[in-house]
Amino acid sequence: MSNEHFDKKILNAGIFPAAGMPRRKFLTVAGLSAGSLMFAASCKKELGDDPQLTSEAHSLGGGSDGGKAVVNLGSGDTGILNYAYALEQLEAAFYIQVLATPYSGISDKEMEYLTDVRDHEIAHREWFKNVLGNARIGGLIPNFTSIDFSSRASVLGTAKALEDTGVSAYNGAGELLQSATYLLYAGKIVSVEARHAAAIRDMLSYGSFADSTAVNSMGLDLYRTPPEVLAIASNFTYTKIISKNLPTS
Amino acid sequence: MNLHNIIEEIEKTDPEVYERLDGRREVLKKLTSYSGKIALAGVPIALATMFQKSYGQTGTSQIIDVLNFALTLEYLESEFYVRGLAAAGLIAAVDRPAFETISTHETEHVQFLRDTILALGGMPVAKPNFDYTAGGGSMTGPFADVFTNYATYLAVSQTFEDTGVRAYKGQAANLISSNEILRAALRIHSVEARHAAHVREIRRRNGLLVPAGVLLQPWITLNQSGIATPLVQPSYNGEELTTQAGVNVVGINGFAITAEDASEAFDEPLTKQQVLTIVKPFIAA
Repeated sequence: MSNEHFDKKILNAGIFPAAGMPRRKFLTVAGLSAGSLMFAASCKKELGDDPQLTSEAHSLGGGSDGGKAVVNLGSGDTGILNYAYALEQLEAAFYIQVLATPYSGISDKEMEYLTDVRDHEIAHREWFKNVLGNARIGGLIPNFTSIDFSSRASVLGTAKALEDTGVSAYNGAGELLQSATYLLYAGKIVSVEARHAAAIRDMLSYGSFADSTAVNSMGLDLYRTPPEVLAIASNFTYTKIISKNLPTS
Repeated sequence: MNLHNIIEEIEKTDPEVYERLDGRREVLKKLTSYSGKIALAGVPIALATMFQKSYGQTGTSQIIDVLNFALTLEYLESEFYVRGLAAAGLIAAVDRPAFETISTHETEHVQFLRDTILALGGMPVAKPNFDYTAGGGSMTGPFADVFTNYATYLAVSQTFEDTGVRAYKGQAANLISSNEILRAALRIHSVEARHAAHVREIRRRNGLLVPAGVLLQPWITLNQSGIATPLVQPSYNGEELTTQAGVNVVGINGFAITAEDASEAFDEPLTKQQVLTIVKPFIAA
């Protein structure tokens, strides 16, 4: 992939059509620069008063959806789709920040892969948003304070955790869907998440794409229930995610 | 695990459990038969499926059909890796641990599916004789050098893995009546995707049989196989889809998502018939 292509991809960092947008404004909107992270953090205290933030923090999680202090995923298939939408928001926000402030020593190939992964997660996030329509939860407010975006180990370690968690979440959510159509779409997405997980694992440790931390002795991949997944996800968002109405079987 | 105790526990809250499960004698006979015949892994699934059937769900024979279809594909993959690992000088030393991992998983999938089919009261299909040259039994098909030329071996491996992902995906809806079996199938499905991603990474690194100008990645771009032969194209046709559930993903909501991105972000299913057509040349009658 040429540098020119990279530049285009970076310019189109996935938030808004970037043409004509001043660079500083773009970085603020697209990513989670240190300042905007602090901004998001500082918002936390005020969210009880105004859960519907009107600032640029909106774009951090749910794309053009607003950042919410609390979301309720709802029930039935809608609840499961919102659950997936929430996870895709966090994944997308994470990779947007990764590409906005690449870790030191990032290789061209790592940049290429991570750019693609970011764009896939944005595509997933926006697709769920459109499919859910008015039934969707708002935007989550990411909390990435535990991540050192300048560190390759921190970024790729987090990416591995997010992708493996995503795979386990979809593998556990399939049986909770009533609609065969939605099940098919979940299947279309989960294998891409598994490709991501394998690629990131191979970046961290070549050959670890499907090691025993991901695949058990019967050849089965990870699987988690929504409460198990949301306990992990809560480490990456300030938003309280209410899941009590999700189906359990 | 004491299966009889489980039934007794259920009897406390549902005295008619044995009637629902075809009578006590039949249940105990089935359970005893299972525990003697199959790995422990299959028993909870068998039990759960038995209950689902008894409590109103149907379709066990349809589920067994799907599992036997999957078993055929796992036989194909499993033997392919066993034979590849046994072929002296075929697999590059750097890639050998990865193929050992993949081979182990495929063998485990065969075992798991056989156990589960037996536990459901079905009969696992026999392993066919395979012709990995894709010659339909002639052993002189277009991939005649599959076990002597690493480039060919990798190309066939990638095609099997990507096809396997699509095959499982296409069957998910047929398993929706059994939570346990659907869950297991999804957990195999994502393992196949991990395998596919890594084999594509191997091919990216060594460039063998990768068409000029193609940048092979762990995910599938449009309908590109990344393999310099049209023979594998049926395994990739349809992957170029960029509209999902009526939503055009290209440029979605103003974001800079290209057709390449959109196609990569969603993997596509194949029907059973499409898969069987792809696999047919590899089966020696």
